[in-house]
Amino acid sequence: MAGAAQAQIDDIEKPRRLPPLRVLAVQALIVAAIAGIAWFLIATTLSNLNARGITTGFAFLRTPLAQPINHSWLTFTPGVDTYGRALFIGFLNTLTVSAVVIVLSTILGTAIGLSRLSGNWLLSRTAGAYVEATRNVPVLVQLVFWYQLLLQLPPPRGALDLGAGVFVSNRGIRVPTVLLDGHVWLALAAGIAAAIVLPPLLRRAGLSRSGGMWTLRLLLVVVPPLAAIWLTGAAPALDWPHLQGLNFRGGAALTPELSALVIGLTAYTSAFIAEIVRAGIQGVPVGQWDAARSLGLHRGTTVRKVVMPQALRIIVPPLASEYLGVTKNSSLAVAVGYPDIVALVNVAISDTGQAIEGIVIIMLAFLTISLAVSAFMNWYNRRVALVSR
Amino acid sequence: MTIPTPAELTFVPLPAEPAPRGARGPVAWLRRNLFGSWFSGIVTVLMVLALGRAAAAFLDWAVVDAIWTLPGNAIADTQACRAPEVGACWALIREKYRFILFGIYPYAEQWRPALCVAIFVGIYLASANRRWWDRRLLAAWVAALVAIGVLMHGGVLGLRTVPEDQWGGLPVTLILSTCGIVMAFPLAIVVALGRISRTSPVLRLVSTLYVEIIRGIPLISVLFMASVMFPLFLPEGVTVSKLLRAQIGIVLFIAAYLAETIRGGLQAVDAGQSEAAHALGLSYWQKMALVVLPQALTLVLPPIVSLCIAFFKATSLVTIIGIFDLLNAGQRSVGEPAWQGFGTEAYLFVALIYFCFCFSMSRYGLSLERRLKRSR
Repeated sequence: MAGAAQAQIDDIEKPRRLPPLRVLAVQALIVAAIAGIAWFLIATTLSNLNARGITTGFAFLRTPLAQPINHSWLTFTPGVDTYGRALFIGFLNTLTVSAVVIVLSTILGTAIGLSRLSGNWLLSRTAGAYVEATRNVPVLVQLVFWYQLLLQLPPPRGALDLGAGVFVSNRGIRVPTVLLDGHVWLALAAGIAAAIVLPPLLRRAGLSRSGGMWTLRLLLVVVPPLAAIWLTGAAPALDWPHLQGLNFRGGAALTPELSALVIGLTAYTSAFIAEIVRAGIQGVPVGQWDAARSLGLHRGTTVRKVVMPQALRIIVPPLASEYLGVTKNSSLAVAVGYPDIVALVNVAISDTGQAIEGIVIIMLAFLTISLAVSAFMNWYNRRVALVSR
Repeated sequence: MTIPTPAELTFVPLPAEPAPRGARGPVAWLRRNLFGSWFSGIVTVLMVLALGRAAAAFLDWAVVDAIWTLPGNAIADTQACRAPEVGACWALIREKYRFILFGIYPYAEQWRPALCVAIFVGIYLASANRRWWDRRLLAAWVAALVAIGVLMHGGVLGLRTVPEDQWGGLPVTLILSTCGIVMAFPLAIVVALGRISRTSPVLRLVSTLYVEIIRGIPLISVLFMASVMFPLFLPEGVTVSKLLRAQIGIVLFIAAYLAETIRGGLQAVDAGQSEAAHALGLSYWQKMALVVLPQALTLVLPPIVSLCIAFFKATSLVTIIGIFDLLNAGQRSVGEPAWQGFGTEAYLFVALIYFCFCFSMSRYGLSLERRLKRSR
């Protein structure tokens, strides 16, 4: 505001005047100083690199990495596959952790934030204690705490049975999975894509009102996989984890590293999200509650139709930066030995000594992620923003 | 017709009625806050059951079944702690608390880091009082930092020299975070002024690039950069110790975030203030130092306190690059075979120390925010 006003005043007072000579001289001096420092740094760095026999450039991405990777969506053969592939796997792992933590901590954080506002004294105090306890302890301390705790659990033979086929042991968390034919997965993916793309197109064409959109979305997600199952005749099956020998077979495994990372980051982030949600709801004037009540709306309807739409406008911007914080905090994976992008770049740096290239790769990776997250959150923010007429 | 005297005209209120029965007292409180509706009642019952069970299990582990001392003089015999029905092994803390707090600092000299921690806490407490914010506090800060440097390093006043690689534990965490913020402050102010500079596009570009790049990457990569890349930038023969490299990385990181916050404050100060200062004939630096910055910094004090909490916690990341801070000392205290497997106790102890500092800072931030709001 103040900046804009100042700019206006400047426009009025100084119409296209050349800056005074002194200002230009200072500019030149600053440029010269920066160029000098840069030249000095580059020159010393190059001579240092030469002295240590480190070659610059990204050619190392095509050389093979000898080290195995303990969690990967793609196959990786140590000694055969390249650093490039390893770093790509690391990038996928960073995305995995970030996505899982963002979803879980949003759910947990919203629940805790709402609990803090509950009229029930015990519930709001417990939620408050949770928030204070988790956000005042460094996330790294929480991560290593959970990691050592998970490693101390009994081996698979004495695994804790959490019910519903979920087992926790020192090999990590084992969960049941659904076995589906490849065609069914394809149909599901196509359905989800259609559910995202189609409704806005239909709305723009004026073919539908917003009421039927969720039904349409549901149908688009559910029908194609069912049709694929019926066509291929491959019935879905649940793959239950079961003990075989010394370890579990079947189901999907979350390694202790990934589990510790997800638990620690979720606990930490959810405390901050709880505070954001609470501040957002408290930011809605009390008069809005009163007005909704005097219209005869139920408490649930009041929250859904009156309070939340307004609270979201306060909540979304800080939530976006919290999500960016999650992607950056996921780099703490290196402390528990989970191979994310930072951990693998670190391996590459210590193997090849190419620190500058490594940092550039990290910067590119996080730049990509933060641009994607802020693009999504800006889009969502526009959706919930006040439409003024 | 009589004219009422002033005494008769005075309004005499009736004595206040007592609150209706059932609206006061513990029963009414319970009914209102725990059993306000049937749903609230169910929540209360479920919470009491769950919390009761959790609390009982925790107390069993932490108090009832815990072991506080172990036999053995020179090397404690930890076998007693490994029995299956035994709970927490607090004997670890009893045995290792000096290691966790002060690391491998020479045992006989550990009063020095202890005194440093006391000086830190003292100067924090002194700085918390807004009435004391003047030149004398600034002098006290300089004196405190010098005293801490002398105490930790020694070599003068008959103190034995203790090289940096023997420092460890809580003092290192406090030094990294406090010096980080203190040194980042001037840099942050310059960068914030550079970012909103109207006369120098070069300065604006450089400041913006610096802030956006640092804020775009995680702290851990800044620390890796400081520990691996920094030596490459220096001419041959010049070396910088590991702790100082980490400190420089932390300062550069903090300054970027601090600059953004200060910029927010600078832009929130009304343009009229700057114009009035200009009209009085103040130079740019006089205008900034005497008029704009004091107002801007007061505006953003509460967010700066939040940032301080975040940076205090963030210094624990130096553990990953091998600096001997509080977390690293906790981690290493359970490193030797005899104590392996007691990480829970060690990390709870470390977490408690971090919690004390962060929680008091966050309470202070809240009270500061309330007072600033009232004074506006």
